[in-house]
Amino acid sequence: MPKGTVLVDEERCKGCGLCIAACPQKVLGFSGRLNRSGYDVACMERPESCLGCAFCALTCPDVAIEVYREKVAS
Amino acid sequence: MSVSVERMVKVFERPRSLTGAHSTYCPGCHHGILTRIIGQTIDDLGIVERTVGIAPVGCAVFAYRWYRCDALQVAHGRASAVATGVKRARPDLVVFAYQGDGDFASIGTAESIHAANRGENITVIFVNNQVYGMTGGEMAPTTLVGQKTTTTPDGRDPALFGYPIRFSEMIAQLEAPVYVTRQALFDTKRIQETTKAIRKAFTNQVERKGYSLVEVLATCPTNWHMKPVEANRHVAEVVTKVFPLGDLVNRG
Repeated sequence: MPKGTVLVDEERCKGCGLCIAACPQKVLGFSGRLNRSGYDVACMERPESCLGCAFCALTCPDVAIEVYREKVAS
Repeated sequence: MSVSVERMVKVFERPRSLTGAHSTYCPGCHHGILTRIIGQTIDDLGIVERTVGIAPVGCAVFAYRWYRCDALQVAHGRASAVATGVKRARPDLVVFAYQGDGDFASIGTAESIHAANRGENITVIFVNNQVYGMTGGEMAPTTLVGQKTTTTPDGRDPALFGYPIRFSEMIAQLEAPVYVTRQALFDTKRIQETTKAIRKAFTNQVERKGYSLVEVLATCPTNWHMKPVEANRHVAEVVTKVFPLGDLVNRG
């Protein structure tokens, strides 16, 4: 399985938690860090499990997530 | 964030047709997902230079800020009428109206129905969250029976206020529309289905096929007094019983 990772733009994140619910691998969680707007932003709690499926990014209403995937040798 | 992305490929990024502006929507609001889908569609079809968005009155009143294409913000309910004018004056442009349920199905009823009945070659996105969001959570024509709003504090009583209106079904009775569908955004499968529907609705216009309407069941966590995840579940379990998903007309 290729590995993936996500980058959360913490100033865009509104802490709605939809990405956390959407992640099939239970990678994401609340960080406990508040951004400048006072929202508890999402982060990767278990980065080792990320497959880069992008379900989190598809679900994010604030387009705050970028998704990366390991290159696979073809 | 300590994870290195240097040896990785980016598989998801912000659509180029969106500006960098932060949205004014509440946390978990589906308007943001839909905005991203429309931006992605404009990217995919390569039409940003000739697209015009029509912003409504309501929570999406600032929609002209989110896209890199041209846009107009118009009088409440009249987005389909203004889209008609833009499209007839400049048939080379791709025109989409973005309207909420109060805008499209209440205040703009006449304009919405007659634009559809004339078969205007436009794309209409109709966001149905069963409540007036921006003005403070009042009853909308689409509010469910029994649903509490600020103007129906004991729940919508059909004896006093009638029943939720299935506007897309009404439009589907007309001869002219080529595509009428109802979609939702409560899970990734539905988000992908909605993406396909929006793409089809834009493509129909580019191919000069005629009027396309995509109704999207959306959440309003703030005025429903629900957490965003709970609001998603409410759409899946309750709202879709009243507003069933699927294509109503597909003559494309």
